[in-house]
Amino acid sequence: MYSLPIVAEAMLNGLLTGAVYALIALGLTLVYGVLHIINFAHGAFLTCAMFAVWLANTFLGLDPYLAILPLTLIFFAIGYAVQRFVIGPASHGDDGNILLITLGLSIVIENALLAGFRSDTRSLMTDYSFNVFEVGPLLISQARLFGFLGAVVVTGLLWLLLAATDTGKAIRAVAKEKLGARLVGINVSHVFAVTFGIGCATLAIAACLLMPTFYVNPRVGGAFVLVAFTIVVLGGMGSITGALIGGLFIGVVESLCGLFLGESLGQIGIFIIFILVLLFRPTGLFGARA
Amino acid sequence: MLEISGLRAGYGEVEVLRGIDIAVHSGEIVAVLGSNGVGKTTLNHVLSGVLTPRAGSITFEGRSLMGAASTAIVEAGLIHVPEGRKIFPNMNVRENLELGSYRRAKNNRARNLERVFETFPRLRERMGQAAGTLSGGEQQMVAIGRGMMAEPRLLILDEPSLGLSPLLVEEMFTLIRKLNADGMPIMLVEQNVVQSLEIAQRAYIIENGIVTMAGTAESIASDPELKRAYLGL
Repeated sequence: MYSLPIVAEAMLNGLLTGAVYALIALGLTLVYGVLHIINFAHGAFLTCAMFAVWLANTFLGLDPYLAILPLTLIFFAIGYAVQRFVIGPASHGDDGNILLITLGLSIVIENALLAGFRSDTRSLMTDYSFNVFEVGPLLISQARLFGFLGAVVVTGLLWLLLAATDTGKAIRAVAKEKLGARLVGINVSHVFAVTFGIGCATLAIAACLLMPTFYVNPRVGGAFVLVAFTIVVLGGMGSITGALIGGLFIGVVESLCGLFLGESLGQIGIFIIFILVLLFRPTGLFGARA
Repeated sequence: MLEISGLRAGYGEVEVLRGIDIAVHSGEIVAVLGSNGVGKTTLNHVLSGVLTPRAGSITFEGRSLMGAASTAIVEAGLIHVPEGRKIFPNMNVRENLELGSYRRAKNNRARNLERVFETFPRLRERMGQAAGTLSGGEQQMVAIGRGMMAEPRLLILDEPSLGLSPLLVEEMFTLIRKLNADGMPIMLVEQNVVQSLEIAQRAYIIENGIVTMAGTAESIASDPELKRAYLGL
């Protein structure tokens, strides 16, 4: 019913969007894998990061791609501090408390943003927002291609960090064996905070990659996090590879559903998959078996 | 080199250690013995900074470690190989060993890794295998090897024979004696009285959170009181 190039372009667009979804899911899955909590404030932090990109661009004239480095550092620091000085101490070692604290944080952040920025939707206007590459019959948005590449590179770097550095190994050690980690001299609260910081830093990168082609309002993060959560469940809780592959897959599903069912129904496919995964493979594609 | 005196610790209302005095001198194997539930694990949790003591003193090589954080304790070289191994099941053998030098002796990592592989040739064969998939004996080797990677000034071995076959237990005690012969002081916390007393120079028996017997391994092994203390007769 559609010609091949149109379907191919929809799939390609899905992959491009999916990579950024994957990047957002990455932080969620990492924090879950190590701290064993669902970070309900993930979406609110993403919204903050997107506003930060918008502010930096509007008031400092900073290009979103150039903002990646400073915002990554700033959001790492914010995430580190929030975990170390707010979530950690307030939880008193009970995971149930952490859930409520992150939920509370998200409500506070969202409403603070509403108070500060109203519910207006804002977007950036960069010179390259509408530039495209022409590949045969396909038109590929430059900004979204950069988004894709950025997301893949960050996923690769994160994987490398976890596999090859002492900090990464400490993170993986704490994820499965806290007492053993303490006995080799790993500071568990520090590692928790670093992990949470990395989760926030990936959101800052995602925000920089999204903003050239997307908009921001105080509730925008929530929609992304619902999708990211589906990806985490699909890919397997705590799995980096699962987040990447799940993200790309979900991106394509959303795009194809949008094409065949109409744009407003694009997300229906995502939630059907969510339910199917929970029914038939609750550990996800790459998750550890219980 | 390790002196514990009047140590009290517990959980909530319950006091588990009710004034413990133990000393380990350099070059020694000291056995700390007692049946289940007398406070051995609590003692180890205090010594490794997992549980904060309530009273008493812990001095290690002239420095007080009373209430110190586990990071500082590891840094000082008081290394604890815990009961139940507590190795990292999701990581391979090599990574487990490498993390042993996370806080201490990082610069000698390559050399110490080689030393661990010489002590446990089996671990070299299993280097890339996830530690959680190893047999119990091999996991115990990983746990001890991980401890060795930190170049311990004093090694605390907590129930190293637990869950091992009699043959492997024998092997484990031979290894402990060998590590000690190479110059490492060891505090051996065990339920296995007979074999522990065979390799230790001195021993302490803990009952109900206090030391009820202390002395050389021979004198304790031949003391009729031991049977009463241990078997509750």
